Amino acid sequence: MNEFIEAKVRLRWGEQKPSYDVVIIGGGGHGLATAYYLATRHGITNVAVLERGYIGSGNSGRNTTVIRANYGIPASVRFYQHSLDLYRQLETETDRWIMHAEKGILWMHHTEMGIRTERARAHMNQAFGADTHFLTRKEIGKLVPEIDLDGGGRYPVLGGSYHTQGATARHDRVVWSYAEGAMARGVDVLQRTTATGIRLDGDRVTGVETDRGFIACGTVMSATAGQTTTITDMVGLRMPIRTHPLQALVTNHYRQTFHPIVASAELAFYVSQTARGEMLMGAEWDRQPSYSYRSSLEFLRSCTAKAITILPFLADLKVLRQWTGVCDLTPDSSPVMGFTPVDGFLVSTGWGTWGFKAIPAGGEQMAELIATGRTPELIAPYSLDRFARDRILADAGSAGTQ
Amino acid sequence: MKLTCPNCGTRSVEEFRYGEIPRVPDHITDPDARDLDRVFMKANAHGTTVEAWFHDFGCRRWFRLERDTRG
Ligand SMILES: Cc1cc2nc3c(=O)[nH]c(=O)nc-3n(C[C@H](O)[C@H](O)[C@H](O)COP(=O)(O)OP(=O)(O)OC[C@H]3O[C@@H](n4cnc5c(N)ncnc54)[C@H](O)[C@@H]3O)c2cc1C
Ligand SMILES: [Zn+2]
Repeated sequence: MNEFIEAKVRLRWGEQKPSYDVVIIGGGGHGLATAYYLATRHGITNVAVLERGYIGSGNSGRNTTVIRANYGIPASVRFYQHSLDLYRQLETETDRWIMHAEKGILWMHHTEMGIRTERARAHMNQAFGADTHFLTRKEIGKLVPEIDLDGGGRYPVLGGSYHTQGATARHDRVVWSYAEGAMARGVDVLQRTTATGIRLDGDRVTGVETDRGFIACGTVMSATAGQTTTITDMVGLRMPIRTHPLQALVTNHYRQTFHPIVASAELAFYVSQTARGEMLMGAEWDRQPSYSYRSSLEFLRSCTAKAITILPFLADLKVLRQWTGVCDLTPDSSPVMGFTPVDGFLVSTGWGTWGFKAIPAGGEQMAELIATGRTPELIAPYSLDRFARDRILADAGSAGTQ
Repeated sequence: MKLTCPNCGTRSVEEFRYGEIPRVPDHITDPDARDLDRVFMKANAHGTTVEAWFHDFGCRRWFRLERDTRG
């Protein structure tokens, strides 16, 4: 963050103290939002957030910022709709501009089978509060005239759903707003501080080892995305998490006319236009498990090929930047939030390729859980023990990569 | 990224399909706990690990590969 932005955003950096009530590992959106809601909703401010790099240097500062609630199972529609609602109020709440823009998201299908599923999903989303309508091929052509409805001859657009409240927001502003709000109330955000170990007394947490010394505390929460298992390994906890890279790219600017976010289900591709007019797009996650932030030619080639199939005008633009994040994927494409078998050790993970939209609700709910010691109803389905209880939440199709 | 197939040589990762080899830690002894671990839990190695890969667009055979996940 440069000095100009530091002057605008009042970040009050803390000094590491020997002990805290709560230590949060990971200064991404989820860690900082949890600290913010602990301070603002529960008056818990003796809190440290440890960040090994700078805040927002993980996936929270690398994602394509799609905010939506059109998921595939009722529990998730409810949860993400609540998060979407919190995002809509976040500027008023924090008095900071996060560049929140409601655009709508179009989710196209190119097969009969896909259309059938999508029609059902649109009804289900509507029923659980995520405003979604089914659109015909013709209506899609009217909504986004740039789309080649024949999909280059191979991926004809047969229809799709339109989720009216789909939105985007500036990712690092979201991170800074939560950080600023937490810091103003006394939370210590400690950058360039890496958690290197977790101290236990039997099955109970007593503190966190860092590269700047030991911190005593009774509650530790890990919100470390793709690095989650490097933390859970410290307490010998097995997790349903595998780390995969996810890439994105952005082009030079195009005239400011491209309104909704456009996604193709079968191509696993999506695109939106940024406030600067650049076309921002993403596709599938890399198939190899990896912690590497290297961007690949394979992604550049396949993502641009998909883009041009659906939106031929993109062929005339140039790719400006390409980058990578490392994501915490679960077997059922749903997050893992809450208690673990280790007393005092909590996780907020499994956000995979879709957890930016979940930052407000994830933070709010984890703060309530930490403050009250009880799991709020909204996130009860996402507990780690769901796998043992045979209550998995298969939602692969709708988690998508945004 | 490129992978080396023992039958076909070095090819782009796009030609292959990843296959996980589940490894349940020895300290888990309860049979139900072992089943749970095998199905859902991941070692998620941060370093060198042995994986199975299937050469989809090549010889269409499985092979084992040692790879550093940090690279
Ligand atoms: C390319 C890409 C596109 C995406 N697009 C979307 C999208 O359109 N919509 C959406 O909803 N989601 C999207 N996502 C997913 C979303 O970005 C993540 O789910 C979300 O940002 C996770 O937030 P987090 O706070 O859990 O993790 P992060 O923001 O990754 O924060 C974790 C932090 O922990 C720190 N850390 C790790 N280990 C340690 C340690 N030992 N000690 C101290 N600190 C440590 C890291 O440095 C990092 O800053 C996308 C992700 C990527 C990569
Ligand atoms: Zn081969």
